[in-house]
Amino acid sequence: MKLFEFEAKDILRKYGLQTPSGSIARDPVEVEIVAKRLGKPVALKAQVLVSGRGKSGGIQFADDAGEAKKSAIYLIGSHIKGNVVRSLLVEEKLSIVDQYYASITIDRQARRYVVLASTNGGVDVEETALTSPNRISRYWVDPATGFNEETARATVAQFSFNGDRDITEFASVIATLYRVAMDYDAELVEINPLAKTSSGEFIAADARIVLDDNALFRHPEFEDKGSAGMDDNPREAEARRQKLAYVDLSGDIGIIGNGAGLVMATMDMVHLLGGRAANFLDIGGGAQPEVVRKGLMLVMSKPGVKAVLINILGGITRCDLAARGIIGGLSEVADEKPVAVRLMGTNDEVGREMLRLAGIPVYPDMETATKKVIGWVKR
Amino acid sequence: MKSIVDESSKVMVQGITGNEGRFHTEAMLQYGTKIVAGVTPGKGGEQVCGIPVYNTVAEAVSYHGVDTSIVFVPARFARGAAIEAIEAGLRMIVVITEMIPQKDSIEFIAMADKRGTVIIGPNTPGIIVPPKKMKVGIMPSQFFKPGVVGVVSRSGTLTYEIALHISNAGLGQSACLGIGGDAIVGLDFIKVLEMFREDEETRSVVLIGEVGGTAEETAARYISETKYPKPVVAYIAGRSAPPEKRMGHAGAIVMGNMGTAQSKIDAFIAAGVAVADKPSDIVKLLETVSI
Repeated sequence: MKLFEFEAKDILRKYGLQTPSGSIARDPVEVEIVAKRLGKPVALKAQVLVSGRGKSGGIQFADDAGEAKKSAIYLIGSHIKGNVVRSLLVEEKLSIVDQYYASITIDRQARRYVVLASTNGGVDVEETALTSPNRISRYWVDPATGFNEETARATVAQFSFNGDRDITEFASVIATLYRVAMDYDAELVEINPLAKTSSGEFIAADARIVLDDNALFRHPEFEDKGSAGMDDNPREAEARRQKLAYVDLSGDIGIIGNGAGLVMATMDMVHLLGGRAANFLDIGGGAQPEVVRKGLMLVMSKPGVKAVLINILGGITRCDLAARGIIGGLSEVADEKPVAVRLMGTNDEVGREMLRLAGIPVYPDMETATKKVIGWVKR
Repeated sequence: MKSIVDESSKVMVQGITGNEGRFHTEAMLQYGTKIVAGVTPGKGGEQVCGIPVYNTVAEAVSYHGVDTSIVFVPARFARGAAIEAIEAGLRMIVVITEMIPQKDSIEFIAMADKRGTVIIGPNTPGIIVPPKKMKVGIMPSQFFKPGVVGVVSRSGTLTYEIALHISNAGLGQSACLGIGGDAIVGLDFIKVLEMFREDEETRSVVLIGEVGGTAEETAARYISETKYPKPVVAYIAGRSAPPEKRMGHAGAIVMGNMGTAQSKIDAFIAAGVAVADKPSDIVKLLETVSI
């Protein structure tokens, strides 16, 4: 789950890290009030959960409160990469001398948290890795020993700094970020840029935190947060509520199956044979009829879905229960769209018979079923 | 797959009294797996399918000399269950549980590495060895037949789909192992390829990958650099997956240019590994490489 910049900064402040002074505002008048209170040039930052916000016009500067209000009228309600701007973070404009980078992420291959620090902040860290690798340091954390200010000093020691104070400040920031990542079960904690101001302070000019959805049970304060699934469309949000693994795609064939790999393979088969998938739904292992019924209705609710392909290979999943869910779902959908089913595995004969009686065509393998569906859609 | 399991493996089921634990204990027993004990804290003294249940792993180990465990414990307790089994000195732990926090997986996998315990999973269907009639996992055994093809995969049902084609073609499988659909998993493709290399029953290997991460690219490099002695063919799921979306599996997500199906397919082709366009093509590819 992605947190908004202001939420991420709230967390960093709790750990004693410095952020620019300012606050969140939801309409132009609020923006004006915050800007007036700050009494200096401000940055207006759209609170949307997409990267590359600055380049898309999501960050504006204003010299005074009046100018801030004018920009806010334009910004609030606008769209950035398809996301509506509902609020702005209004902050003092910093006088930045140097820009650094610091983050904690997970390295899948190494199975470790990795601490990334760079003296080349403000740009894409992957770009730095390519163009100036000497300006980037990586530290893979052994979970048994952890990461503290000592280890942090060692990782930034390779950089040339003006004084010991800078090393201490930078090390302290990254050690703190690691604590945040551990305490909040974060997949990503990032400050970019970490600004060094003319007075020598290190301030988190921008911050991103992504929490691990699977660990939200340890952080119930986030479970009902407004930002949960803000980047989803309404069907994906509904699926999330129903705990279904669902993704919206751009074609016209709805796709349902059991198991992520099999559903992906089915989706790929549709594309390979000249069709286009409208969505992706994995009903998971051992699905009950209710899950199949709701899933089918969700897939069919997408405008533009002309036909549905269902691919079930029942191991733990019982084919008779899946068939019952399919029949139940179809009986509740108003407009008739053809459905092709491949149903094989545990209790498949019972399931296939149920579908035959209900007039739903069943095919012996995924390829045959896919060809049928593509034929219907192209007709 | 002598290196991690064989017919003498003594298996323990953690979370045996839950619905999943009960169901799969029975299925594994029927297939032929030697299950000797179960563990559920607070349920010690009960029996499931005639298997004695203990409160702790240590008790189960002291009475039955367990060497392998399969974990059906809910996600929030999985870390504790795995650590208990690692500390008891087990040789292998299969973690079926999905949706375990990544921090927890990182912790217990690091611990297992230090102690020399093999972790399969999390979020895995487990391992099945048809020639030995044993499985430590949840796969439906009717799709598998004894044979000569080793299968390693990140996906459960897709493994069943491809195993079915292999069975129908009369080739059968020497062993099938799911490394797990999570971003953080204990075993990777390379370690399993090393096991298949040593395994006399395995004549060729099918590698089933998917979008997300770089495990397939790394495996391709390993195959080409070591001049892997057995033919390998591959299938990659998610060619049409959009970026930045998790495709059902926690680990199946394309980030930027990282983890696309195309980069995996390119890496395999460069390593001389034939890649199937669709699951049913795997058998044709196996037949060409085996001649």
